[in-house]
Amino acid sequence: MSDSEKRAADGRAAVSPLRRSCERFFENRAAVAAGAFVLLMLAACASAPLIAPFPFEAQDLELGAAGPSREHWLGTDALGRDVFSRLLYGGAVSLKVGLIATAVSCVIGVFYGMAAGWCGGARDSVMMRLVDILYALPFTLFVILLTVLFGQELWLIYVAVGAVSWLTMARIVRNQTRELRAQAFVEAAICMGQTPAKIMLRHILPNILGTVIVYATLTVPGVMLTEAFISFLGLGVKPPMTSWGLMIKEGADAMQDYPWLLLFPGAFFAGTLFALNVFGDGLRDAFDPRK
Amino acid sequence: MLRFILKRLLEAVPVLFVVATLAFFLARFAPGGPFDEERALPPNVKAQLAAHYGLDKPLGEQYLLFLKNLARGDLGPSYKYHGWDVDELIADRIPTSLALGAGALAIALALGIPLGAAAAMRPDSAADRLLTGAATLGICLPTFVVGPLLVLLFSNALGWLPASGWNAPADFVLPAATLGSAYAAPVARLMRASMLEVRAQDYMKTAKAKGLSPARIYFVHGLRNALLPVVTYVGPTAAGLISGSFVVESMFNVPGLGQFFVKAAFNRDFTMIVGTVLFYAAVLVALNLLAEIALVKLNPRLKYE
Repeated sequence: MSDSEKRAADGRAAVSPLRRSCERFFENRAAVAAGAFVLLMLAACASAPLIAPFPFEAQDLELGAAGPSREHWLGTDALGRDVFSRLLYGGAVSLKVGLIATAVSCVIGVFYGMAAGWCGGARDSVMMRLVDILYALPFTLFVILLTVLFGQELWLIYVAVGAVSWLTMARIVRNQTRELRAQAFVEAAICMGQTPAKIMLRHILPNILGTVIVYATLTVPGVMLTEAFISFLGLGVKPPMTSWGLMIKEGADAMQDYPWLLLFPGAFFAGTLFALNVFGDGLRDAFDPRK
Repeated sequence: MLRFILKRLLEAVPVLFVVATLAFFLARFAPGGPFDEERALPPNVKAQLAAHYGLDKPLGEQYLLFLKNLARGDLGPSYKYHGWDVDELIADRIPTSLALGAGALAIALALGIPLGAAAAMRPDSAADRLLTGAATLGICLPTFVVGPLLVLLFSNALGWLPASGWNAPADFVLPAATLGSAYAAPVARLMRASMLEVRAQDYMKTAKAKGLSPARIYFVHGLRNALLPVVTYVGPTAAGLISGSFVVESMFNVPGLGQFFVKAAFNRDFTMIVGTVLFYAAVLVALNLLAEIALVKLNPRLKYE
Protein backbone atom coordinates (compact mmCIF):
# COMPACT_ATOMS: atom_id res chain seq x y z
CA MET A 1 0.00 0.00 0.00
CA SER A 2 1.41 3.40 -0.91
CA ASP A 3 1.70 6.28 1.54
CA SER A 4 -1.19 8.16 0.02
CA GLU A 5 -3.45 5.12 0.10
CA LYS A 6 -2.51 4.44 3.73
CA ARG A 7 -3.48 7.96 4.68
CA ALA A 8 -6.76 7.64 2.82
CA ALA A 9 -7.48 4.36 4.66
CA ASP A 10 -6.66 5.94 8.00
CA GLY A 11 -9.23 8.57 7.29
CA ARG A 12 -6.76 11.25 8.36
CA ALA A 13 -6.70 14.76 6.91
CA ALA A 14 -7.92 14.75 3.31
CA VAL A 15 -5.13 15.28 0.76
CA SER A 16 -5.59 17.44 -2.30
CA PRO A 17 -5.67 15.53 -5.60
CA LEU A 18 -2.60 17.41 -6.79
CA ARG A 19 -0.63 16.42 -3.70
CA ARG A 20 -1.80 12.81 -3.99
CA SER A 21 -0.69 12.71 -7.63
CA CYS A 22 2.69 14.19 -6.76
CA GLU A 23 3.19 11.64 -4.00
CA ARG A 24 2.23 8.86 -6.38
CA PHE A 25 4.73 10.18 -8.90
CA PHE A 26 7.57 10.32 -6.38
CA GLU A 27 6.89 6.73 -5.37
CA ASN A 28 7.72 5.68 -8.95
CA ARG A 29 11.50 5.58 -8.63
CA ALA A 30 12.21 4.86 -12.30
CA ALA A 31 10.20 7.92 -13.39
CA VAL A 32 11.91 10.16 -10.82
CA ALA A 33 15.34 8.95 -11.94
CA ALA A 34 14.36 9.54 -15.57
CA GLY A 35 13.16 13.04 -14.74
CA ALA A 36 16.43 13.80 -12.97
CA PHE A 37 18.38 12.48 -15.96
CA VAL A 38 16.43 14.70 -18.34
CA LEU A 39 17.05 17.74 -16.13
CA LEU A 40 20.75 16.92 -15.91
CA MET A 41 21.00 16.52 -19.69
CA LEU A 42 19.11 19.79 -20.21
CA ALA A 43 21.43 21.61 -17.81
CA ALA A 44 24.58 20.13 -19.36
CA CYS A 45 23.50 20.99 -22.92
CA ALA A 46 22.25 24.47 -21.99
CA SER A 47 25.63 25.28 -20.42
CA ALA A 48 27.60 23.71 -23.30
CA PRO A 49 29.64 26.90 -23.95
CA LEU A 50 30.79 26.82 -20.30
CA ILE A 51 31.47 23.13 -19.69
CA ALA A 52 32.34 21.70 -23.12
CA PRO A 53 36.07 20.89 -23.22
CA PHE A 54 36.40 22.20 -26.80
CA PRO A 55 34.50 24.69 -29.00
CA PHE A 56 32.08 22.89 -31.33
CA GLU A 57 33.87 24.01 -34.51
CA ALA A 58 37.47 23.54 -33.28
CA GLN A 59 39.24 21.27 -35.77
CA ASP A 60 42.38 19.22 -35.36
CA LEU A 61 43.06 18.04 -38.91
CA GLU A 62 46.32 16.34 -37.95
CA LEU A 63 44.49 14.16 -35.46
CA GLY A 64 41.51 13.42 -37.73
CA ALA A 65 39.11 10.72 -36.62
CA ALA A 66 40.37 9.06 -33.46
CA GLY A 67 38.70 6.80 -30.93
CA PRO A 68 38.07 7.74 -27.31
CA SER A 69 41.15 8.96 -25.46
CA ARG A 70 41.96 10.85 -22.25
CA GLU A 71 41.92 14.15 -24.07
CA HIS A 72 38.86 13.44 -26.26
CA TRP A 73 36.57 11.33 -24.05
CA LEU A 74 34.27 10.18 -26.82
CA GLY A 75 36.73 10.45 -29.72
CA THR A 76 36.90 12.90 -32.61
CA ASP A 77 35.28 13.05 -36.05
CA ALA A 78 37.02 13.12 -39.45
CA LEU A 79 37.88 16.81 -39.00
CA GLY A 80 39.32 16.15 -35.53
CA ARG A 81 36.41 17.82 -33.75
CA ASP A 82 35.72 16.65 -30.20
CA VAL A 83 32.63 14.40 -30.23
CA PHE A 84 31.70 15.00 -26.58
CA SER A 85 31.72 18.79 -26.98
CA ARG A 86 29.70 18.56 -30.18
CA LEU A 87 27.20 16.27 -28.46
CA LEU A 88 26.62 18.95 -25.81
CA TYR A 89 26.19 21.73 -28.39
CA GLY A 90 24.10 19.50 -30.66
CA GLY A 91 21.99 18.40 -27.71
CA ALA A 92 21.19 22.02 -26.96
CA VAL A 93 19.82 22.39 -30.51
CA SER A 94 17.88 19.11 -30.42
CA LEU A 95 16.38 19.74 -26.99
CA LYS A 96 15.54 23.33 -27.90
CA VAL A 97 13.73 22.14 -31.01
CA GLY A 98 11.99 19.47 -28.93
CA LEU A 99 10.77 21.91 -26.29
CA ILE A 100 9.86 24.87 -28.51
CA ALA A 101 8.16 22.78 -31.19
CA THR A 102 6.19 20.99 -28.48
CA ALA A 103 5.16 24.37 -27.07
CA VAL A 104 4.04 25.48 -30.54
CA SER A 105 2.05 22.27 -31.03
CA CYS A 106 0.48 22.67 -27.57
CA VAL A 107 -0.62 26.24 -28.22
CA ILE A 108 -2.18 25.36 -31.58
CA GLY A 109 -3.68 22.09 -30.36
CA VAL A 110 -5.11 23.50 -27.13
CA PHE A 111 -6.78 26.54 -28.68
CA TYR A 112 -8.05 24.65 -31.71
CA GLY A 113 -9.34 21.80 -29.57
CA MET A 114 -10.96 24.13 -27.03
CA ALA A 115 -12.65 26.14 -29.76
CA ALA A 116 -14.01 23.02 -31.46
CA GLY A 117 -15.16 21.47 -28.20
CA TRP A 118 -16.77 24.68 -27.02
CA CYS A 119 -18.65 25.43 -30.22
CA GLY A 120 -19.93 21.90 -30.75
CA GLY A 121 -22.42 21.11 -33.48
CA ALA A 122 -21.64 21.78 -37.10
CA ARG A 123 -18.58 23.95 -36.43
CA ASP A 124 -17.10 21.20 -34.27
CA SER A 125 -17.68 18.58 -36.98
CA VAL A 126 -16.07 20.75 -39.65
CA MET A 127 -13.07 21.53 -37.46
CA MET A 128 -12.51 17.92 -36.47
CA ARG A 129 -13.03 16.71 -40.04
CA LEU A 130 -10.23 19.10 -41.02
CA VAL A 131 -8.01 17.41 -38.42
CA ASP A 132 -8.88 14.03 -40.00
CA ILE A 133 -7.88 15.40 -43.39
CA LEU A 134 -4.59 16.76 -42.09
CA TYR A 135 -3.89 13.34 -40.60
CA ALA A 136 -4.16 12.01 -44.14
CA LEU A 137 -1.37 14.30 -45.40
CA PRO A 138 2.05 12.68 -45.21
CA PHE A 139 3.68 14.92 -42.63
CA THR A 140 7.25 14.52 -43.91
CA LEU A 141 6.26 16.11 -47.18
CA PHE A 142 4.62 18.89 -45.23
CA VAL A 143 7.75 19.62 -43.19
CA ILE A 144 9.97 19.47 -46.26
CA LEU A 145 7.70 21.87 -48.12
CA LEU A 146 7.63 24.26 -45.17
CA THR A 147 11.41 24.23 -44.81
CA VAL A 148 12.06 24.69 -48.53
CA LEU A 149 9.32 27.28 -48.64
CA PHE A 150 10.79 29.56 -46.00
CA GLY A 151 14.46 28.64 -46.15
CA GLN A 152 16.61 26.69 -43.77
CA GLU A 153 16.21 28.74 -40.60
CA LEU A 154 16.30 27.19 -37.16
CA TRP A 155 13.21 28.98 -35.86
CA LEU A 156 11.40 27.68 -38.88
CA ILE A 157 12.11 24.09 -37.93
CA TYR A 158 10.42 24.76 -34.58
CA VAL A 159 7.35 26.09 -36.32
CA ALA A 160 7.29 23.44 -39.04
CA VAL A 161 7.60 20.55 -36.62
CA GLY A 162 5.14 22.13 -34.20
CA ALA A 163 2.71 22.77 -37.02
CA VAL A 164 2.53 19.07 -37.88
CA SER A 165 2.40 17.70 -34.31
CA TRP A 166 -0.68 19.40 -32.89
CA LEU A 167 -3.37 17.09 -34.30
CA THR A 168 -3.50 14.51 -31.51
CA MET A 169 -3.37 17.26 -28.89
CA ALA A 170 -6.32 18.99 -30.54
CA ARG A 171 -8.35 15.77 -30.40
CA ILE A 172 -7.59 15.15 -26.73
CA VAL A 173 -8.38 18.75 -25.74
CA ARG A 174 -11.55 18.80 -27.78
CA ASN A 175 -12.91 15.68 -26.07
CA GLN A 176 -12.05 17.02 -22.63
CA THR A 177 -13.65 20.38 -23.41
CA ARG A 178 -16.86 18.68 -24.51
CA GLU A 179 -16.98 16.81 -21.22
CA LEU A 180 -16.31 19.93 -19.16
CA ARG A 181 -18.84 22.00 -21.03
CA ALA A 182 -21.61 19.80 -19.69
CA GLN A 183 -20.46 20.33 -16.07
CA ALA A 184 -22.49 22.41 -13.65
CA PHE A 185 -19.75 24.95 -12.89
CA VAL A 186 -19.41 25.84 -16.55
CA GLU A 187 -23.15 26.19 -16.89
CA ALA A 188 -23.11 28.45 -13.82
CA ALA A 189 -20.44 30.62 -15.44
CA ILE A 190 -22.55 30.86 -18.61
CA CYS A 191 -25.61 31.84 -16.56
CA MET A 192 -23.61 34.53 -14.80
CA GLY A 193 -23.01 36.05 -18.21
CA GLN A 194 -19.29 35.43 -18.58
CA THR A 195 -17.98 35.59 -22.12
CA PRO A 196 -16.98 32.29 -23.78
CA ALA A 197 -13.37 33.47 -24.09
CA LYS A 198 -13.19 34.14 -20.37
CA ILE A 199 -14.83 30.85 -19.45
CA MET A 200 -12.39 28.96 -21.65
CA LEU A 201 -9.37 30.69 -20.12
CA ARG A 202 -10.53 30.74 -16.49
CA HIS A 203 -12.54 27.55 -16.17
CA ILE A 204 -11.77 25.11 -18.97
CA LEU A 205 -8.03 25.66 -19.45
CA PRO A 206 -7.01 25.12 -15.79
CA ASN A 207 -9.00 21.89 -15.75
CA ILE A 208 -7.36 20.39 -18.83
CA LEU A 209 -3.88 21.72 -18.06
CA GLY A 210 -2.81 18.49 -16.33
CA THR A 211 -3.66 16.34 -19.31
CA VAL A 212 -2.02 18.83 -21.64
CA ILE A 213 1.24 18.87 -19.68
CA VAL A 214 1.34 15.09 -19.46
CA TYR A 215 0.67 14.65 -23.13
CA ALA A 216 3.21 17.37 -23.96
CA THR A 217 5.94 15.41 -22.14
CA LEU A 218 5.15 12.48 -24.40
CA THR A 219 5.18 14.74 -27.48
CA VAL A 220 8.77 15.91 -26.91
CA PRO A 221 10.40 12.58 -27.90
CA GLY A 222 8.28 12.35 -31.04
CA VAL A 223 9.17 15.91 -31.99
CA MET A 224 12.88 15.20 -31.43
CA LEU A 225 12.62 12.17 -33.72
CA THR A 226 11.10 14.42 -36.37
CA GLU A 227 13.93 16.91 -35.96
CA ALA A 228 16.42 14.07 -36.35
CA PHE A 229 14.68 12.98 -39.54
CA ILE A 230 14.79 16.53 -40.93
CA SER A 231 18.50 16.67 -40.16
CA PHE A 232 18.90 13.29 -41.85
CA LEU A 233 17.48 14.87 -45.01
CA GLY A 234 19.98 17.72 -44.66
CA LEU A 235 17.26 20.29 -43.97
CA GLY A 236 18.13 20.85 -40.32
CA VAL A 237 20.79 23.05 -38.72
CA LYS A 238 23.60 24.23 -40.96
CA PRO A 239 27.18 23.02 -40.38
CA PRO A 240 29.45 23.67 -38.58
CA MET A 241 26.63 23.90 -36.00
CA THR A 242 25.20 20.49 -35.31
CA SER A 243 22.34 18.59 -33.68
CA TRP A 244 22.01 15.01 -32.48
CA GLY A 245 20.10 14.07 -35.61
CA LEU A 246 22.83 15.50 -37.85
CA MET A 247 25.58 13.78 -35.85
CA ILE A 248 23.76 10.44 -36.15
CA LYS A 249 23.42 10.99 -39.89
CA GLU A 250 27.13 11.77 -40.25
CA GLY A 251 27.97 8.86 -37.97
CA ALA A 252 25.85 6.47 -40.05
CA ASP A 253 27.75 7.55 -43.16
CA ALA A 254 31.15 7.00 -41.52
CA MET A 255 30.14 3.93 -39.52
CA GLN A 256 32.24 1.40 -41.47
CA ASP A 257 35.50 3.04 -40.41
CA TYR A 258 34.66 5.02 -37.26
CA PRO A 259 31.79 3.26 -35.46
CA TRP A 260 32.03 5.52 -32.38
CA LEU A 261 30.74 8.42 -34.48
CA LEU A 262 27.41 6.58 -34.69
CA LEU A 263 27.41 4.82 -31.31
CA PHE A 264 27.87 7.82 -29.01
CA PRO A 265 25.38 10.19 -30.66
CA GLY A 266 22.93 7.28 -30.97
CA ALA A 267 23.34 6.49 -27.27
CA PHE A 268 22.90 10.14 -26.18
CA PHE A 269 19.83 10.53 -28.38
CA ALA A 270 18.16 7.23 -27.47
CA GLY A 271 19.06 7.59 -23.78
CA THR A 272 17.51 11.04 -23.51
CA LEU A 273 14.40 10.00 -25.42
CA PHE A 274 14.11 6.90 -23.27
CA ALA A 275 14.28 8.99 -20.09
CA LEU A 276 11.71 11.44 -21.49
CA ASN A 277 9.34 8.56 -22.25
CA VAL A 278 9.74 6.96 -18.81
CA PHE A 279 9.26 10.37 -17.20
CA GLY A 280 6.15 11.08 -19.29
CA ASP A 281 4.69 7.63 -18.59
CA GLY A 282 5.26 8.17 -14.88
CA LEU A 283 3.51 11.54 -15.00
CA ARG A 284 0.62 10.04 -16.92
CA ASP A 285 0.20 7.17 -14.47
CA ALA A 286 0.39 9.50 -11.47
CA PHE A 287 -1.98 12.13 -12.81
CA ASP A 288 -4.48 9.79 -14.46
CA PRO A 289 -7.82 10.98 -13.01
CA ARG A 290 -9.25 7.47 -13.29
CA LYS A 291 -7.01 6.26 -10.45
CA MET B 1 -21.58 -4.52 -44.63
CA LEU B 2 -21.72 -3.59 -48.31
CA ARG B 3 -23.72 -0.50 -47.43
CA PHE B 4 -21.13 0.42 -44.81
CA ILE B 5 -18.28 0.06 -47.32
CA LEU B 6 -20.10 2.13 -49.93
CA LYS B 7 -20.88 4.84 -47.37
CA ARG B 8 -17.25 5.03 -46.28
CA LEU B 9 -16.03 5.18 -49.89
CA LEU B 10 -18.45 8.02 -50.62
CA GLU B 11 -17.24 9.85 -47.54
CA ALA B 12 -13.66 9.44 -48.75
CA VAL B 13 -14.32 11.43 -51.94
CA PRO B 14 -14.49 14.89 -50.29
CA VAL B 15 -11.50 14.02 -48.07
CA LEU B 16 -9.39 13.09 -51.09
CA PHE B 17 -10.61 16.20 -52.91
CA VAL B 18 -9.48 18.49 -50.09
CA VAL B 19 -6.18 16.63 -49.76
CA ALA B 20 -5.55 16.99 -53.50
CA THR B 21 -6.39 20.70 -53.40
CA LEU B 22 -4.16 21.32 -50.39
CA ALA B 23 -1.28 19.46 -52.01
CA PHE B 24 -1.78 21.30 -55.30
CA PHE B 25 -1.59 24.77 -53.77
CA LEU B 26 1.11 23.92 -51.21
CA ALA B 27 3.33 22.75 -54.05
CA ARG B 28 2.63 25.84 -56.18
CA PHE B 29 3.30 28.34 -53.42
CA ALA B 30 6.73 26.94 -52.60
CA PRO B 31 9.46 29.10 -54.14
CA GLY B 32 11.25 27.77 -57.19
CA GLY B 33 9.97 25.57 -59.96
CA PRO B 34 10.58 22.12 -61.40
CA PHE B 35 12.99 23.42 -64.04
CA ASP B 36 15.46 25.14 -61.69
CA GLU B 37 18.40 22.86 -62.37
CA GLU B 38 21.82 23.27 -60.86
CA ARG B 39 23.03 24.43 -64.26
CA ALA B 40 20.51 27.12 -65.09
CA LEU B 41 18.59 26.51 -68.33
CA PRO B 42 18.40 29.35 -70.84
CA PRO B 43 15.23 31.41 -70.19
CA ASN B 44 13.64 30.56 -73.54
CA VAL B 45 14.09 26.80 -72.93
CA LYS B 46 12.56 27.18 -69.51
CA ALA B 47 9.62 29.10 -70.92
CA GLN B 48 9.09 26.43 -73.58
CA LEU B 49 9.14 23.67 -70.97
CA ALA B 50 6.66 25.61 -68.85
CA ALA B 51 4.39 26.11 -71.86
CA HIS B 52 4.67 22.43 -72.77
CA TYR B 53 3.39 21.38 -69.34
CA GLY B 54 0.79 24.17 -69.18
CA LEU B 55 2.58 25.94 -66.32
CA ASP B 56 2.33 29.33 -68.07
CA LYS B 57 -1.45 29.43 -67.71
CA PRO B 58 -3.11 31.30 -64.79
CA LEU B 59 -3.17 29.28 -61.57
CA GLY B 60 -6.97 29.01 -61.49
CA GLU B 61 -7.02 27.56 -65.00
CA GLN B 62 -4.24 25.11 -64.08
CA TYR B 63 -6.25 24.01 -61.05
CA LEU B 64 -9.41 23.40 -63.07
CA LEU B 65 -7.45 21.42 -65.64
CA PHE B 66 -5.86 19.43 -62.83
CA LEU B 67 -9.28 18.58 -61.36
CA LYS B 68 -10.59 17.59 -64.78
CA ASN B 69 -7.69 15.22 -65.35
CA LEU B 70 -7.91 13.91 -61.82
CA ALA B 71 -11.56 13.01 -62.28
CA ARG B 72 -10.46 10.79 -65.18
CA GLY B 73 -7.75 9.26 -62.99
CA ASP B 74 -4.94 11.02 -64.84
CA LEU B 75 -2.27 12.43 -62.54
CA GLY B 76 -0.32 13.98 -65.41
CA PRO B 77 3.30 13.68 -66.52
CA SER B 78 6.19 13.97 -64.09
CA TYR B 79 8.22 17.15 -64.58
CA LYS B 80 11.43 15.48 -63.52
CA TYR B 81 11.28 11.98 -64.98
CA HIS B 82 10.71 13.08 -68.55
CA GLY B 83 8.46 10.84 -70.61
CA TRP B 84 6.89 9.20 -67.57
CA ASP B 85 3.43 9.69 -66.15
CA VAL B 86 3.16 9.98 -62.38
CA ASP B 87 0.77 7.04 -62.12
CA GLU B 88 3.16 4.85 -64.13
CA LEU B 89 6.06 5.80 -61.86
CA ILE B 90 4.06 5.06 -58.73
CA ALA B 91 2.60 1.80 -60.08
CA ASP B 92 6.10 0.73 -61.09
CA ARG B 93 7.33 0.92 -57.51
CA ILE B 94 4.28 -0.38 -55.65
CA PRO B 95 5.41 -4.06 -55.72
CA THR B 96 8.74 -3.20 -54.08
CA SER B 97 7.23 -1.05 -51.36
CA LEU B 98 4.41 -3.55 -50.83
CA ALA B 99 6.89 -6.40 -50.34
CA LEU B 100 9.10 -4.41 -47.99
CA GLY B 101 6.13 -2.95 -46.08
CA ALA B 102 4.37 -6.30 -45.72
CA GLY B 103 7.58 -7.95 -44.51
CA ALA B 104 8.17 -5.16 -42.00
CA LEU B 105 4.58 -5.31 -40.76
CA ALA B 106 4.80 -9.10 -40.37
CA ILE B 107 7.98 -8.71 -38.32
CA ALA B 108 6.44 -5.94 -36.20
CA LEU B 109 3.33 -7.99 -35.41
CA ALA B 110 5.19 -11.28 -34.94
CA LEU B 111 7.49 -9.60 -32.40
CA GLY B 112 5.15 -7.08 -30.83
CA ILE B 113 2.00 -9.13 -30.15
CA PRO B 114 3.59 -12.11 -28.34
CA LEU B 115 6.03 -9.92 -26.41
CA GLY B 116 3.32 -7.48 -25.32
CA ALA B 117 0.98 -10.32 -24.34
CA ALA B 118 3.79 -12.06 -22.46
CA ALA B 119 4.65 -8.87 -20.56
CA ALA B 120 1.02 -8.56 -19.45
CA MET B 121 0.99 -12.10 -17.98
CA ARG B 122 2.75 -10.98 -14.79
CA PRO B 123 2.50 -7.19 -14.57
CA ASP B 124 5.38 -5.49 -12.71
CA SER B 125 7.45 -8.66 -12.65
CA ALA B 126 11.10 -8.52 -13.68
CA ALA B 127 10.23 -9.98 -17.10
CA ASP B 128 7.51 -7.37 -17.62
CA ARG B 129 9.87 -4.52 -16.70
CA LEU B 130 12.54 -5.86 -19.01
CA LEU B 131 10.13 -6.21 -21.93
CA THR B 132 8.46 -2.84 -21.32
CA GLY B 133 11.85 -1.17 -21.00
CA ALA B 134 13.03 -2.77 -24.22
CA ALA B 135 9.86 -1.64 -26.01
CA THR B 136 10.28 1.93 -24.75
CA LEU B 137 13.90 1.91 -25.88
CA GLY B 138 12.75 0.59 -29.27
CA ILE B 139 10.47 3.61 -29.68
CA CYS B 140 13.45 5.91 -29.02
CA LEU B 141 15.76 4.37 -31.61
CA PRO B 142 15.22 5.94 -35.03
CA THR B 143 15.53 3.65 -38.06
CA PHE B 144 18.70 5.46 -39.10
CA VAL B 145 20.40 4.23 -35.93
CA VAL B 146 18.99 0.70 -36.00
CA GLY B 147 19.74 0.19 -39.71
CA PRO B 148 23.48 0.94 -39.58
CA LEU B 149 23.82 -1.11 -36.38
CA LEU B 150 22.17 -4.12 -38.03
CA VAL B 151 24.46 -3.72 -41.06
CA LEU B 152 27.47 -3.43 -38.76
CA LEU B 153 26.51 -6.67 -37.02
CA PHE B 154 25.04 -8.90 -39.72
CA SER B 155 26.97 -7.80 -42.82
CA ASN B 156 30.29 -6.43 -41.60
CA ALA B 157 30.96 -8.52 -38.51
CA LEU B 158 29.14 -11.79 -39.25
CA GLY B 159 28.90 -11.56 -43.02
CA TRP B 160 25.51 -13.33 -43.09
CA LEU B 161 23.47 -10.80 -45.04
CA PRO B 162 24.16 -8.27 -47.80
CA ALA B 163 24.42 -4.65 -46.67
CA SER B 164 22.39 -3.21 -49.54
CA GLY B 165 20.73 -3.97 -52.85
CA TRP B 166 17.40 -5.36 -53.98
CA ASN B 167 17.91 -8.45 -56.15
CA ALA B 168 18.23 -11.64 -54.14
CA PRO B 169 15.75 -12.69 -51.42
CA ALA B 170 18.50 -12.21 -48.82
CA ASP B 171 18.59 -8.49 -49.67
CA PHE B 172 15.11 -8.24 -48.28
CA VAL B 173 15.93 -9.26 -44.69
CA LEU B 174 17.84 -6.29 -43.25
CA PRO B 175 15.60 -3.49 -44.61
CA ALA B 176 12.46 -5.33 -43.49
CA ALA B 177 13.97 -5.98 -40.06
CA THR B 178 15.03 -2.33 -39.69
CA LEU B 179 11.62 -1.04 -40.66
CA GLY B 180 9.75 -3.72 -38.71
CA SER B 181 11.66 -3.19 -35.48
CA ALA B 182 10.59 0.45 -35.48
CA TYR B 183 6.95 -0.64 -35.29
CA ALA B 184 7.35 -3.74 -33.09
CA ALA B 185 7.95 -1.54 -30.03
CA PRO B 186 4.70 0.48 -30.16
CA VAL B 187 2.75 -2.70 -30.99
CA ALA B 188 4.20 -4.43 -27.91
CA ARG B 189 3.33 -1.48 -25.65
CA LEU B 190 -0.19 -1.24 -27.04
CA MET B 191 -0.68 -5.00 -26.71
CA ARG B 192 0.51 -5.02 -23.10
CA ALA B 193 -1.75 -2.14 -22.04
CA SER B 194 -4.77 -3.61 -23.76
CA MET B 195 -4.14 -7.13 -22.40
CA LEU B 196 -3.95 -5.70 -18.88
CA GLU B 197 -7.31 -4.02 -19.36
CA VAL B 198 -8.90 -7.17 -20.78
CA ARG B 199 -7.61 -9.26 -17.89
CA ALA B 200 -9.63 -7.16 -15.46
CA GLN B 201 -12.90 -7.81 -17.34
CA ASP B 202 -15.68 -9.91 -15.85
CA TYR B 203 -15.81 -12.37 -18.72
CA MET B 204 -12.26 -13.44 -17.90
CA LYS B 205 -13.41 -14.35 -14.41
CA THR B 206 -16.43 -16.15 -15.85
CA ALA B 207 -14.18 -18.17 -18.13
CA LYS B 208 -12.02 -19.11 -15.15
CA ALA B 209 -15.08 -20.03 -13.05
CA LYS B 210 -16.29 -22.28 -15.87
CA GLY B 211 -13.06 -24.21 -15.44
CA LEU B 212 -11.52 -23.47 -18.83
CA SER B 213 -7.83 -24.17 -19.20
CA PRO B 214 -5.56 -21.14 -18.59
CA ALA B 215 -4.25 -21.35 -22.14
CA ARG B 216 -7.76 -21.23 -23.57
CA ILE B 217 -8.71 -18.30 -21.33
CA TYR B 218 -5.58 -16.40 -22.25
CA PHE B 219 -5.58 -16.98 -25.98
CA VAL B 220 -9.25 -17.30 -26.94
CA HIS B 221 -10.91 -14.95 -24.46
CA GLY B 222 -8.03 -12.60 -23.70
CA LEU B 223 -5.92 -12.27 -26.81
CA ARG B 224 -8.77 -11.94 -29.23
CA ASN B 225 -10.27 -8.99 -27.36
CA ALA B 226 -6.92 -7.43 -26.57
CA LEU B 227 -6.09 -7.33 -30.27
CA LEU B 228 -8.69 -4.64 -30.98
CA PRO B 229 -6.51 -1.55 -30.26
CA VAL B 230 -3.64 -3.15 -32.17
CA VAL B 231 -5.87 -3.53 -35.23
CA THR B 232 -6.83 0.15 -34.99
CA TYR B 233 -3.14 1.02 -34.83
CA VAL B 234 -2.18 -1.23 -37.72
CA GLY B 235 -4.50 0.56 -40.19
CA PRO B 236 -2.62 3.89 -40.49
CA THR B 237 0.72 2.19 -39.76
CA ALA B 238 0.35 -0.16 -42.71
CA ALA B 239 -0.51 2.84 -44.90
CA GLY B 240 2.77 4.44 -43.88
CA LEU B 241 4.67 1.21 -44.51
CA ILE B 242 3.21 0.68 -47.97
CA SER B 243 4.04 4.26 -48.94
CA GLY B 244 7.66 3.42 -48.31
CA SER B 245 10.29 4.77 -45.99
CA PHE B 246 12.79 7.24 -47.34
CA VAL B 247 15.39 6.46 -44.69
CA VAL B 248 15.35 2.68 -45.07
CA GLU B 249 15.16 2.85 -48.85
CA SER B 250 18.10 5.20 -49.20
CA MET B 251 20.13 3.30 -46.60
CA PHE B 252 19.70 -0.09 -48.28
CA ASN B 253 19.35 1.07 -51.89
CA VAL B 254 15.79 -0.18 -52.26
CA PRO B 255 13.89 1.23 -55.26
CA GLY B 256 10.68 1.97 -53.34
CA LEU B 257 8.04 4.68 -53.19
CA GLY B 258 9.46 6.54 -50.19
CA GLN B 259 12.07 8.18 -52.41
CA PHE B 260 9.36 9.90 -54.43
CA PHE B 261 7.82 11.60 -51.39
CA VAL B 262 11.08 13.34 -50.54
CA LYS B 263 12.53 13.86 -54.00
CA ALA B 264 9.28 15.27 -55.39
CA ALA B 265 9.36 18.02 -52.76
CA PHE B 266 13.05 18.74 -53.36
CA ASN B 267 12.57 18.81 -57.15
CA ARG B 268 9.32 20.84 -57.03
CA ASP B 269 7.93 18.08 -59.24
CA PHE B 270 4.37 19.42 -58.82
CA THR B 271 2.48 16.51 -60.33
CA MET B 272 4.58 14.03 -58.40
CA ILE B 273 3.94 15.85 -55.11
CA VAL B 274 0.20 15.72 -55.67
CA GLY B 275 0.42 12.12 -56.88
CA THR B 276 2.32 10.83 -53.85
CA VAL B 277 0.13 12.73 -51.39
CA LEU B 278 -3.03 11.41 -53.02
CA PHE B 279 -1.64 7.89 -53.14
CA TYR B 280 -0.86 7.99 -49.42
CA ALA B 281 -4.27 9.43 -48.55
CA ALA B 282 -6.08 6.83 -50.65
CA VAL B 283 -4.12 3.95 -49.10
CA LEU B 284 -4.79 5.40 -45.65
CA VAL B 285 -8.54 5.61 -46.28
CA ALA B 286 -8.60 2.06 -47.66
CA LEU B 287 -6.61 0.55 -44.81
CA ASN B 288 -8.61 2.37 -42.14
CA LEU B 289 -11.70 0.89 -43.73
CA LEU B 290 -10.12 -2.59 -43.68
CA ALA B 291 -9.18 -2.10 -40.03
CA GLU B 292 -12.76 -1.15 -39.18
CA ILE B 293 -14.08 -4.27 -40.91
CA ALA B 294 -11.51 -6.41 -39.09
CA LEU B 295 -12.62 -4.88 -35.77
CA VAL B 296 -16.21 -5.93 -36.32
CA LYS B 297 -15.10 -9.41 -37.37
CA LEU B 298 -13.03 -9.73 -34.17
CA ASN B 299 -15.71 -8.34 -31.88
CA PRO B 300 -19.25 -9.06 -33.12
CA ARG B 301 -20.68 -6.73 -30.47
CA LEU B 302 -19.39 -3.81 -32.53
CA LYS B 303 -21.64 -2.69 -35.35
CA TYR B 304 -20.83 -1.07 -38.66
CA GLU B 305 -21.67 2.60 -38.28
